[in-house]
Amino acid sequence: MSATGIDVALPRLLAGISHRGMAVHDRHLAVHGPLPSAARLDGGAIVELAERARLRGRGGARFPSAVKMRAVRASRGQAIVVANGCESEPMSGKDALLLSELPHLVLDGATLAARAVGAERVIVAFERSNSDARASLEHALKQRRAAGVDAVRFELFAAADTFLTGQETSLVSQINGGPPRPTFIPPRPTARGVRRRPTLVQNVETLAHLALIARHGVDWYAQLGTEAEPGSTLVTVLGAVNDPGVYEIECGTALERLLAAAGGLRGAIAGMLIGGYFGSWLPAALVSELALSDAGLAHHNAALGCGVVVALPAASCPVAETVRVAIYLATETANQCGPCVHGSAAIARTLQAIAQGSAQPGALADLGRWTTSLPGRGACHLPDGLAHFVSTALASFPDAFDEHAREGACPACGAEALLRIPPRGGAR
Amino acid sequence: MKIRVNPISCHAHGLCAELFPEWIRLDEWGYPIINPEAIPRDLEAHARRAADACPTLALLLTRD
Repeated sequence: MSATGIDVALPRLLAGISHRGMAVHDRHLAVHGPLPSAARLDGGAIVELAERARLRGRGGARFPSAVKMRAVRASRGQAIVVANGCESEPMSGKDALLLSELPHLVLDGATLAARAVGAERVIVAFERSNSDARASLEHALKQRRAAGVDAVRFELFAAADTFLTGQETSLVSQINGGPPRPTFIPPRPTARGVRRRPTLVQNVETLAHLALIARHGVDWYAQLGTEAEPGSTLVTVLGAVNDPGVYEIECGTALERLLAAAGGLRGAIAGMLIGGYFGSWLPAALVSELALSDAGLAHHNAALGCGVVVALPAASCPVAETVRVAIYLATETANQCGPCVHGSAAIARTLQAIAQGSAQPGALADLGRWTTSLPGRGACHLPDGLAHFVSTALASFPDAFDEHAREGACPACGAEALLRIPPRGGAR
Repeated sequence: MKIRVNPISCHAHGLCAELFPEWIRLDEWGYPIINPEAIPRDLEAHARRAADACPTLALLLTRD
């Protein structure tokens, strides 16, 4: 995979990348300069920076960082920060890239987040199978201890290898010694999280942005992007492009520019998946007009989410790809909430029957009913994500689904799977 | 007042839909689908009765 910025003012986050072994702290400082001291930039000032930069979580939900920081500050007790590097999303590679290639940027951001909420401890979480992240973080922390740059204590946490592992409450549950399963809100982790203390959970990319905003200021950050969405963001581009990989783009960039940066499309495509497995299928015809902005994507019932952009080649079958992911998501249910356990299984089963041409009459109507009634009815958003993934597939590829329902598997159904399905409970 | 369910605690006993059908119906597996709107004052007593009757105490009344 390559890792590149696509604008003259880019890369920012990816500027210090070397792809030559372990990250070196001196090199990190040479590229980005030192962090502003607490005397120059105190906790309250960091929250203000995050607010004025409109920094939003890059794990998928895009929740405003400053709102979370304020909630933690308003809660009683010594706060804790969790740097969330559990990528979970099988097609995303940006968080693993940050952890293995740019750990110092993430750790800088984590110390700033700790300063913002008055925390003395930071827990850096990654998936157990991500041994590169562990090695890179251990190496980086050793360098930082030797340089004496951090006022906080860092701990590493190896989390489960499941789709829901990085879900905020699921991660907190694991750190507290519990299972990797979401918990009911309230309480929010910002009020009661790790060891029942107020806990700020932030995605590692979010923290990396914070590390640059603190150094260079909001005006610099907002030189890129739009007024509503300043700055840059990382995306993982896969599928029918010539140079798949992680790219840093200006927020709001046209999809066509991103695809051009990724070497252009490799042949005709059947459609695009934007936002990963909780994301949206879009028909190929939209490629030329789509902007990767909140507004541009919302107009087409989509969101950038965790930043995954997949071009589905025309030789792939959108029905087969959708079925495999739906089955995967249904099996990744935490088995806690009835609507998710039953609804997800019913959706996956029915989709599979449609793909094989063995569905009962009314199967499409069943799917329509389930995908509209499921969202909002689980402790986490797995049912919402699955319902959206499936309903956008049905809307974007109506002919393909009709054809399969009538005639069963198509020749392309046998093509190699593009959307990755991690082995159950195994290495990702 | 609004009513919410904790979907982890809910075990589909279904008493809520029985006691408060104006606001709660059941899906095909017996789990509640709840109207997210604010409950009119004259129905609040029904909401309380439904919440009190839930065997797993999965229903929450919120003030918003």
